[in-house]
Amino acid sequence: MSDTLPRDAAQPRPSAAETEDDVLVRVENLVKHFPVHGGGLIRRVVGQVQAVDGVSLVVRRGQTLGLVGETGCGKSTLARCIAGLIPVTSGKVTFEGRDITNLSRGAMRPFRREIQMIFQDPYGSLNPRHRVGAIIGEPFAVHKTATGAERKKAVQELMERVGLNPEHFNRFPAEFSGGQRQRIGVARALALRPKLVICDEPVSALDVSIQAQVLNLLSDLQGEFGLSYLFIAHDLEVVRHVSNDVTVMYLGRIAESGPKDQVYETARHPYTAALLSAAPAADPDAAAQRRRIILTGDVPSPINPPEGCRFHPRCPKAQDLCGEREPVLETKLGDPVTHLAACHFPLQAGEILARDAGRDRR
Amino acid sequence: MSLLEVTDLQVSFPTADGLVQAVRGVSFSVDSGRTIGIVGESGSGKTVLTQTLLGLTPGGRVDGKAIFDGTNLLSLRPDQLRKVRGAEIAVIFQDPLTSLHPLYKVGWQIAEMIRAHDRSVSKKQGIERAVDLLGRVGIPQPRQRVNDYPHQFSGGMRQRAMIAMALSLSPKLIIADEPTTALDATVQAQILDLHGRLQQESGTALIMITHDLGVVADIADDVLVMYAGKAAEKAGKHDIFYQPHHPYTKGLLESIPNSSAAGDRLRPITGQPPSLIRLPSGCAFHPRCAYVMDRCLTEQPRLAPVGDGGNHVSACWLPVTAAGIAAETEALRRRAVEQGRHDAAAKIAESIAERPEAEGSVIA
Repeated sequence: MSDTLPRDAAQPRPSAAETEDDVLVRVENLVKHFPVHGGGLIRRVVGQVQAVDGVSLVVRRGQTLGLVGETGCGKSTLARCIAGLIPVTSGKVTFEGRDITNLSRGAMRPFRREIQMIFQDPYGSLNPRHRVGAIIGEPFAVHKTATGAERKKAVQELMERVGLNPEHFNRFPAEFSGGQRQRIGVARALALRPKLVICDEPVSALDVSIQAQVLNLLSDLQGEFGLSYLFIAHDLEVVRHVSNDVTVMYLGRIAESGPKDQVYETARHPYTAALLSAAPAADPDAAAQRRRIILTGDVPSPINPPEGCRFHPRCPKAQDLCGEREPVLETKLGDPVTHLAACHFPLQAGEILARDAGRDRR
Repeated sequence: MSLLEVTDLQVSFPTADGLVQAVRGVSFSVDSGRTIGIVGESGSGKTVLTQTLLGLTPGGRVDGKAIFDGTNLLSLRPDQLRKVRGAEIAVIFQDPLTSLHPLYKVGWQIAEMIRAHDRSVSKKQGIERAVDLLGRVGIPQPRQRVNDYPHQFSGGMRQRAMIAMALSLSPKLIIADEPTTALDATVQAQILDLHGRLQQESGTALIMITHDLGVVADIADDVLVMYAGKAAEKAGKHDIFYQPHHPYTKGLLESIPNSSAAGDRLRPITGQPPSLIRLPSGCAFHPRCAYVMDRCLTEQPRLAPVGDGGNHVSACWLPVTAAGIAAETEALRRRAVEQGRHDAAAKIAESIAERPEAEGSVIA
């Protein structure tokens, strides 16, 4: 396992003027709509679920891009589009400079080795009737890269690397705990030495102590294999811990994105600020002092999203303009050019959105 | 006298593989208007503990006492318990979609709950009360929404409907089992906020079961940390977070990624929680403990006071001066003496004496 040297994981992030070589994946204006069919015999299309609606982002080599947002904001759909698991409606995904948007199965195959996924549910993502050895060895079989004893050896090395006992090669997933199953998922994703690993809520189903073990493992593997991660989670502290850059999504669009510290320390978008204030901190004094921004109402339906800024019906700062014109994702208030926010009235430094300031404008 | 006083509760389930010792002697109490947070990993027995109080663990062998408002819940017949359940003690479960019946309207389900306990309430009155309750928990346009089915509600609204149902008979105690785990952060904030406000209005006692220490830090007064069916540590919220004694509590706190240490390696507890059928000898935590001593392998530690006034108890052989609270505890004792609270000082001194310096070698 040690013949792959770390690529550039240890090197610090270069400044704003990166070279194009630095970019592993570039997503440009990606749109994914799912048709909604009527109930009649003809099953006419009566609407579109605008799951992802014009998202652009960049994943850099050896780095982690954190993607946060609530249920239904389109983050998992976006991940599946990037991995080529579902066709995109419009927009472009490039991997190492090559366009991989809507490739045929055959044309996509070489890229599948480079892009792997780790799923949320360690119970649902492993076939219960396959032995662990077969599950982790499956990528070798599919891509015909190793057979027989060679494959077994590779699988056992992988198991050892992710902290599983290689002697458990012949066990079934049911014989492992949740954390161990997630390690199986990690081993399977690593089998073909991918460049990009898309982690879709990889630790959400795990207890905190096990979660920390898996997060440490992911960070070790990143250093060892120079992996790039697209890390999707709803837990903001977890995302802060693992990411270099963070993108916040709301209802199919990007609300804010930028270097981690920029987004966490000087959030410009009221939605980002609300999310940050809502995340409970394991510190009673901080919890007592914090002024939570309680948003009113629920996330609107992506079939019929609000006009203008999609967040405006729940936004404590919303004005008439927000319902009329959609804000552009751009640099605000003297931030570095890498820090973008889509808001007409971005938060000033030190500005506090008062508790219960949210107005229900439905 | 506390509202609920649980003493030495034990629950085990006979299975084909052996006896599952889910709860192994847990004691705690809750007062009106207070919130106790019960934390622990999956399989630590926190849910079995509270469901046993309500007679919801059929097939379990139960031992111990649970005195609620003067009666022992564990000795009640099923029909007597049914009167307590819902009316005096309400439960809110984790998954609001599976706890609501999909084929009945939300309002009907709330009204039915009220009418099940009080037949003098007519159907119409029941629905009126449901409208009122839905409004109280912050569901917009309750008069229209009362006729909706659960699938027409979002996750946060369903959880609000569950809270409305729990409140419908003004219970004295609410048991909330992971009530916000399935919700997004902003919705979770709404629900926790609602819990706080409703508790202030009604003075209900709340048992909050959760694995999320952030939720506990936010709303609990007291915290019970469970490990492998036993109480590892029990204290006021501030003691648990700022002066934890049990290595398991410390491990849990250090496992959480937090902003001050972002980018550093996390310090997780190694290994896995044990099987409840084949528990480790001595202290059940010893195979994962960084401070394990010879004594831990053979002798089970009892809960003993480690802090000021005896409210902070921990089940660990480590001397009071060994873990996170070392100097603080001695300072507390001295302060107690200075303030003339000699009984408290004696208690602290006793707890220090009871835990002599490590007998074996401390492997840190």
